[in-house]
Amino acid sequence: MTNLLILPILIPLFTAIILMFISKYVKVQRGISAVSTLLTVAASLVLINTVHQHGIQTVNLGSWVAPFGITLVSDMLSALLVTTTSIITLVVLLYSFKSIGVERERFYYYPVVQFLLVGVNGAFTTGDIFNLFVFFEVMLMSSYVLLVLGGTKAQLREGIKYILVNVISSALFVITVAYLYSVVGTLNMADISRKIALVDQPGIVTAIAILFLLVFGLKGAIFPLYFWLPGSYYAPPTPVLALFGALLTKVGIYSILRTYTLFFYHDTGFTHEILGILAILTIILGCIGAIAYWDVKKIIIYNIIIAVGVILFGVSTMNPEALEGAIYYVVHDMIIKAALFLLVGVMIAITGTANLKKMGGLIKHYPWLGWTFLVAAFSLAGIPPLSGFIGKLLIVRGSFAAEAYVGAGVVLASSLLVLYSVIKIFLNGIWGTPKEYNGASKGDARYLWMTSLILVVLAVCFGLGAEAMRPLFSQAAEVLVNPDLYIDAVLKE
Amino acid sequence: MKAKVKTNDVILQTVTNVVAFIIILFSLRLFFSGHYTPGGGFIGGLMTSAAIVLLLLAYDIKTVATILPVDYKIITAIGLLFSVATGAGALLFDVPFLTHAYDYFHLPLLGKTSLHTAVLFDTGVYLVVIGVTMTIIQTIGVSE
Repeated sequence: MTNLLILPILIPLFTAIILMFISKYVKVQRGISAVSTLLTVAASLVLINTVHQHGIQTVNLGSWVAPFGITLVSDMLSALLVTTTSIITLVVLLYSFKSIGVERERFYYYPVVQFLLVGVNGAFTTGDIFNLFVFFEVMLMSSYVLLVLGGTKAQLREGIKYILVNVISSALFVITVAYLYSVVGTLNMADISRKIALVDQPGIVTAIAILFLLVFGLKGAIFPLYFWLPGSYYAPPTPVLALFGALLTKVGIYSILRTYTLFFYHDTGFTHEILGILAILTIILGCIGAIAYWDVKKIIIYNIIIAVGVILFGVSTMNPEALEGAIYYVVHDMIIKAALFLLVGVMIAITGTANLKKMGGLIKHYPWLGWTFLVAAFSLAGIPPLSGFIGKLLIVRGSFAAEAYVGAGVVLASSLLVLYSVIKIFLNGIWGTPKEYNGASKGDARYLWMTSLILVVLAVCFGLGAEAMRPLFSQAAEVLVNPDLYIDAVLKE
Repeated sequence: MKAKVKTNDVILQTVTNVVAFIIILFSLRLFFSGHYTPGGGFIGGLMTSAAIVLLLLAYDIKTVATILPVDYKIITAIGLLFSVATGAGALLFDVPFLTHAYDYFHLPLLGKTSLHTAVLFDTGVYLVVIGVTMTIIQTIGVSE
């Protein structure tokens, strides 16, 4: 079927439109959005299988041949990310049923979540740089709505900040695409790569590469462009926070990964060194934030920034092993961040506070919650059988091979601080003396915990089944190491 | 609070009654001429909403709601459905998404005319633009 790779974009789009008609019937909305997201997950799994069997899939929208129309391209990297995105959205939707509140549900919560899924899946799949911008905007506008939906004071304040930053970075994106277009004269990503290879990346293209780093760095929160993230992510309710933390920054990372391996790989001395230095500083700043706070949400939010640094450091070495590790780590990090935010959300729902000093002793009445959190925390830090280990191992091995010893050392040291920051939550919030709480009832807490458990189980399987998954990740990394595969698949020569 | 002065907008309202129709006709012309000359769904939709905004200026929100008893949020959704369904229609024929089709037909009165599925897509754009513009203006208009 020609249109298989468009289904993960089209199904949520149709769902969002249908949900707009029935905004007042909350139960119907829940049913439809859960079923259709399940279909999206199924479609993306079929897509992974097809890409694995038959190589990179492309579709030329409107039947216009490659560099002239919009091409959607699904290589293994984007198929994996689309699948992870769909699964996380499904779990977050299930979690929202008991967490987001009827008022928000009536006010177009579910359609907007579907539009967010459209934007993220579209950004992962597109093969056209301006179309990437459009899908960025679809994703960002949905995230603006999700951020302010509910209209509490903090949400409105942080919403203004977030919108301001993103409007500026979107304008910069358009300007950068304009520069690139005036240099190479095309917007199709494969064709851009070919044209840059023809002129062998002169100085102006390196300048454009740095501009792209600025744009995607603002979206993906690298040092020193991460300043908006801790405040903005603190404001929205838990399910929205989980979606943001798991998906939004990863789209920025994916874009850096794509542009830096597909476009700007001829003269890596300058661009990739800057990327490496910024990535190391991002890790350090993230670590400082993660150990400084006594607020459970803030701790996990700073852990997002650390992960962004680790992944981008893997990208900056341009070593096949480190690239594979970076891909593995992106997928792992999406799953585990969503799981951690949801689990922390359960803790906040029970205790009614995000302050670690006011919590304690949750293990006595909620042992299942406590042990799940411990597994998720170990997985985040990268304790061997769990999912965080393999990605980091490959990144560290790759950077040793590329003789980037300082970065490898920082990545290893950051694991310790990550572990310290989440164990702090475990020791103070879940261990310790029990206190009286009057938050969510035990039944509700159990439901919320069970939905988050899906992701933790997935993360554990992802670690244990690493050997079985390895061919998929090698295939994804192969395209990054050898961009000609991508170009040939799109331009069919 | 000042005593309300009774105003009489008879000139504005009479002119509006005539002009609104001219604007709507012009917007439809712009909409249909989009393929060969400047125009299309976006500008057509904006101009139709401009006509409705003129009605809102001359009368009040309640009166306009009785003249045009529609929920503009639903109009937006219908427009989206039009556009996406036109694109997705390609899936039925197993050709890439958004592939359009056209042909020439002999219609009574109009004679030989080319009909193109891109018009259906544009109809969707037209409806979305009207729906979004009017939702924004009405929402701002009624909130205190």
